[in-house]
Amino acid sequence: MSKVIAKNHAIVIPGDLLAEGPINYGEGIVKRNGEYYSSVVGLFQDKGDFIQVKALRGKYIPRPGDLVIGKVIEVGLTSWIVDIGSPYIAILSANNATEKRFDPINDDARKIFSLGDIILTKIASFDRTRDPLLITNERGLGKLRGGRLIEIEASHIPRVIGKKGTMINMIKRLTRTQIITGQNGKIWVNGKKIEDELKAIQAITKIELEAHTQGLTDRIRDMISEDQQ
Amino acid sequence: MAGDGSVKLIDEKGIRLDGRKVDELRPVNIKIGVIKNADGSAEIRMGKNIIVAAVYGPRELHPKHRALADRALIQCFYRMSTFSVSDRKSPAPSRREKEISLVISNALASVILTEKYPRTTIDVYLQVLQADGGTRTASLTAASVALADAGIPMKGLIASVAAGLINGQAVLDLFDIEDQKGSGDLPLGYCPVLDEISLLQLDGVFTVKQFEDSLNIAIKGAKDLYEIQRDALKQKYTDIRAEVEVPEKPKVEKPKAEEPKTEDPKVVPKPVLKVEKPKTEDPKPSKDDKKEVE
Repeated sequence: MSKVIAKNHAIVIPGDLLAEGPINYGEGIVKRNGEYYSSVVGLFQDKGDFIQVKALRGKYIPRPGDLVIGKVIEVGLTSWIVDIGSPYIAILSANNATEKRFDPINDDARKIFSLGDIILTKIASFDRTRDPLLITNERGLGKLRGGRLIEIEASHIPRVIGKKGTMINMIKRLTRTQIITGQNGKIWVNGKKIEDELKAIQAITKIELEAHTQGLTDRIRDMISEDQQ
Repeated sequence: MAGDGSVKLIDEKGIRLDGRKVDELRPVNIKIGVIKNADGSAEIRMGKNIIVAAVYGPRELHPKHRALADRALIQCFYRMSTFSVSDRKSPAPSRREKEISLVISNALASVILTEKYPRTTIDVYLQVLQADGGTRTASLTAASVALADAGIPMKGLIASVAAGLINGQAVLDLFDIEDQKGSGDLPLGYCPVLDEISLLQLDGVFTVKQFEDSLNIAIKGAKDLYEIQRDALKQKYTDIRAEVEVPEKPKVEKPKAEEPKTEDPKVVPKPVLKVEKPKTEDPKPSKDDKKEVE
């Protein structure tokens, strides 16, 4: 019989005993001799038949299909090297960059993405043995112009988005800004007024700091609307 | 290791020069997040020792040929500041520093789940700002806290403390004078979760009985130290929680803000993440995190 020992929503550290016996488990957990231990500092989540530990810090690990925001750090003849804030550098090949076919003789890679450009991109593939490959030839992907870029812990992105996007939509509505969240912890904020952008950034920073607490959406709403009066 | 008895290190009542009992640790204080630019960091103050640990990584390794195909490389850089001891320490990396860097990185590699990050490196920088004996053990203690702060998955923390021999008696956590005038030194790195020794060195001459006594008090000391490490890691988060949650929820029946009841619908928002149940040992990445694009 399985038995969950840790309390739901408890802060756990590596090596904390969480549960015994057969149970489904997710990230942040190591199994040893039929017992389940936390492997990271994080928030323990007990969903009845499933347990996991949501890490509070840590590097972004690429996953195929993730939308990420990256910075072009090297331009080659037919490819770009993009920093996506993970332990592995990502490669965007010219074939995957635009819908048009790329001809290395006539086309200049720099005209598409130049050094230092911030791009919204998608991870096409990644595994243990190969560096991640990116694509930008889908709708909505490509260079981001204007706006501001902020960086938070990648593990807190789901919290910034909220349940079905409630949190992020609320911030967008109240601050009248455009916000794009990359799964790698980079967030692009664009507003008509600087004050709006700063307000949105302030809200996101607060979410990051208090990501492990309850009732966050209400507090953020209060914070934004308070300042507008 | 003089051990000549020229200095009286323990008095008749069993009290040492700094007022401690034979099995007592020095006052320890650990703080996390002291270096903003690092991925994880910790500062330990153990008696007069002050050591800062900074963790960077997992990150790309240069030169590339040193990368391991199946796991992360752990690189440790233990450095003593020139001003950390009363005689100026030469800034050149010494043989001793290289040895300590190696034993600490080996000890850390035994608890880190390195296979999660193949082809990368995890760099641990340990800077001794003030030294008063037992810096290698204090460094290892701080390093494991800094790694946990960096979010690097581990089997458990390592708590490290030395035991030593003074007049044939086992003594816990030697400071500088005891280290020099005593007759033996036994640094221990111990993982209380696994009940495993990850570092053990020995200097001096011990009988089997003395060795066993020293090892036992060192393990006991390490277990005490582990509690301090654990509090240091949790404190940052429980502090924020206590600050923001208590005044907002006067209705909650439970006075403790740390563990809100699951039944309370107001307190616990439904899990943001819907997760498919992985059946295998290898936890699947949850497909939950919703993406947001304009």
